[in-house]
Amino acid sequence: MKKFTLIGFVVFCLFLFYAAYDLGYVVKRDFGAPPSSMDDRIIGSYNSTTGEWEYGAVNETGANNAVTSVVFDYRGYDTLGEATVLFTAIAGVMLLFGGRKHE
Amino acid sequence: MIYNIPFFTVVALIAIGMYAMLFKRNLIKMAIGLTIVESGVNLFLITLGYRKGGFAPIFTDLPPDVSPADIPGKMVLPVPQALTLTSIVIGVAVLALILSLAINIYRHYGTLESERVRRLRE
Amino acid sequence: MSDEKMSVIVQTIAGLLFPMVLIFSFYVILHGHLTPGGGFQGGAIGASAVALLIVAYGSKTIEKKVAEENLSIFESLGGIVFVVVAIAGFILASAFLSNFLVGEPLFGQIPGWGESPLNSGGFLPILNIAVGMKVIGGLSAIVLMLALVSREVKEQ
Repeated sequence: MKKFTLIGFVVFCLFLFYAAYDLGYVVKRDFGAPPSSMDDRIIGSYNSTTGEWEYGAVNETGANNAVTSVVFDYRGYDTLGEATVLFTAIAGVMLLFGGRKHE
Repeated sequence: MIYNIPFFTVVALIAIGMYAMLFKRNLIKMAIGLTIVESGVNLFLITLGYRKGGFAPIFTDLPPDVSPADIPGKMVLPVPQALTLTSIVIGVAVLALILSLAINIYRHYGTLESERVRRLRE
Repeated sequence: MSDEKMSVIVQTIAGLLFPMVLIFSFYVILHGHLTPGGGFQGGAIGASAVALLIVAYGSKTIEKKVAEENLSIFESLGGIVFVVVAIAGFILASAFLSNFLVGEPLFGQIPGWGESPLNSGGFLPILNIAVGMKVIGGLSAIVLMLALVSREVKEQ
């Protein structure tokens, strides 16, 4: 049983190294160069003729923090699901230790 | 080759965590291995969204020599950071449940070795 | 060995530090739409302040002052506020969780270039406070429960 686990672990490590090499040198997604048109509508753009900031997170949401506006406004449904996961974990802990003697 | 070091750090973290989960026999050491794998995955999510020479995606106190015309090409992507926040909180919830189950197992069996807690004790 | 208090020096310093850490966590929660931070980060700081008190004074003393039912009620209030604000977006505006406070005089100012007023951000400050309450109550309840049960297991 130990030999089988060792062979499986070595195969998994080789697969991880191949994945890192593939991401860096075959797909050419280097560290520091994502595709250049991602998150364009969230950051916005600067109109140099009128001197104004166009369609971004600041004009549509009114907050200066782009990460908070993504977490609570553009993807607020995921934050509701995460609050439910936290509630379920705490309910599980309270259920396991409910039978204590109260002094 | 030297610029892709964060990706190889992620590979090292996941490999160390999987070694601790597969080859150790104490329950607490297995929980520590699970936390290390979780840290590696969160690091991978953040390093996918870095732009070279970029600054934080907050419009309040930008560095003083930045004009509004070259912001959209230099700001770090904000969406992977939002997904990482959710992942960290879910890791905390899973760790809380694992530790409370380990306390209950110790109370019932008297030991924490994973080779002695195999049968349902009457 | 029925009590795990620490010495008088540690208790005094912990009693002095607890309000400062709590105020810092409220600052991080409230300024979530202007600086890095928000609901989850400020909630974790507040839970670590409560954990500092539990380590310094022993879990039995803290349990007499704050029962766990009050922490559960505090956490559930945060969840209820989140869902009520989301349903109010469904009734007053177009969709579930839509930002219906942008432009209104309560929280809806749109900041210009180089300004950062506290009055801005739509319903983001309200949601930050709700999630902050939930995280403080929940993580403090978990730490208190684990400390109490470990004491009982050690006494057997």
